[in-house]
Amino acid sequence: MKPCDYARADDAGGAVAAVAARPGAAYLAGGTNLVDHMKLGVQSPDLLVDVSRTLPAAIEELPGRGLRIGAGVRNADLAADMRVREFYPALAQALLSGASGQLRNLATTGGNLLQRTRCSYFRDPTTPCNKREPGSGCSAREGYTRYHAILGASEHCVATNPSDMAVAMLAFDAVVRVLGPNGEREIALSDLHRLPGDAPDRDTTLAHGELITAVNLPGLPIAARSAYRKVRDRASFAFALVSVAVAVDVSQGGDVDEVRIAFGGLAHKPWRATRAEDALRGQPATEAAFRAAAHAELADAQPLRDNAFKIPMATNVLVATLRDLTSTEA
Amino acid sequence: MDITLHVDGEPRALSIDTRTTVLDALREHLGVSSPKKACDQGQCGACTVLVDGRRVTTCLSLAVAHDGAEITTADGLAPGGDLHPVQQAFIDHDAFQCGYCTPGQICSAVGMLDEARGGAPSHVTADLCAPVVLDEDEIRERMSGNLCRCGAYVNIVAAIGEVAG
Repeated sequence: MKPCDYARADDAGGAVAAVAARPGAAYLAGGTNLVDHMKLGVQSPDLLVDVSRTLPAAIEELPGRGLRIGAGVRNADLAADMRVREFYPALAQALLSGASGQLRNLATTGGNLLQRTRCSYFRDPTTPCNKREPGSGCSAREGYTRYHAILGASEHCVATNPSDMAVAMLAFDAVVRVLGPNGEREIALSDLHRLPGDAPDRDTTLAHGELITAVNLPGLPIAARSAYRKVRDRASFAFALVSVAVAVDVSQGGDVDEVRIAFGGLAHKPWRATRAEDALRGQPATEAAFRAAAHAELADAQPLRDNAFKIPMATNVLVATLRDLTSTEA
Repeated sequence: MDITLHVDGEPRALSIDTRTTVLDALREHLGVSSPKKACDQGQCGACTVLVDGRRVTTCLSLAVAHDGAEITTADGLAPGGDLHPVQQAFIDHDAFQCGYCTPGQICSAVGMLDEARGGAPSHVTADLCAPVVLDEDEIRERMSGNLCRCGAYVNIVAAIGEVAG
């Protein structure tokens, strides 16, 4: 690890000013991803601004039954919140399927959104990686790609976003509150993470110094009938090969009134499956329609050497989750 | 930087580099060797202690960010040598072989039992809103952050199950 200064921020504004003023500065919250990267030499901030006691750590109710989740709320506390369990079950399930009990006690909501890819080449400073070292090349493209992207990748990067939590939040139209040197702004979660393009070193659209202070979940009745399903190489404590968050409403006549679908493990960002949603709305809630929706979403998939299995896997995971949600409702 | 960690009930002042983890502060600076260093990446759980009552991996926590924290190690669970019920159960069920992961397993189990008593669900909880019943599947899932390379899992689960009732 390289030498590093440390400062504790008294308030969010002070934290933003401290980080914005220094190009090599980084925020420290739970530390589960950043401290690991500092040890590996993947990230080498020269100043850590500790916001672990600064960020809001409460979950407040918004008008219209929504929730405002402070960026400092720990993953374990968010998953255990009874309002999340009851009204956004896919979010609780997504959180509980990530990491371990110890890490969920440390990791924060804001940090979870900003965690970096687990691409093994990104994590290994001895190998070229355009995300870690722009212009050095992508080792994964011709390498081990079991965990890599099949949608939205570029010639420069095929990494996937590792978050479970963000997948469920994306399906629920979450909005991220951000404090920057010029004040506060809100951005749709769908606009936070970006595709790699020719700048894979940038995971998000945030500027240096901007700090996530909260995530707003809109009141969303359909979210109460939601589920998160994750496929991984171990039964527990492993990142997703493929995951999906689904919420669905079926009419009395058996047609899909409304549906929300987001995938994890397929792309550089959590992937909102708008094509699948559009294909399903108004269709009968049948396995054939579920499968057609999955095909619509995955038609443009471009698998790499080791991950063509993700196409049938994502299809089957979506079909099974829709089937479970619609059969319990009948 | 100058900080104070409250370790097993004792305030311990120390002056450390900003990059020092809680684990290294305990082991290398304070001589507290109960938490173990194994993977040093948050993946094995050997370094688990209770910080302000909650189980965490100390290898990914910077000490300077934990100034003033109350830290309980497996050692501190047995003040004066009186074993914690989880420690006694590990002995009764022969829940270890080499013992290297054991202090982390025990702190993790104590923290996990508290979480379950508080009603926290897990990945294998079928009904997220129902009371928690700590059966074998639940214990295995909730303890998945602690590896035992000797493979004493069967007895670890039995030991924790006895305390869980």
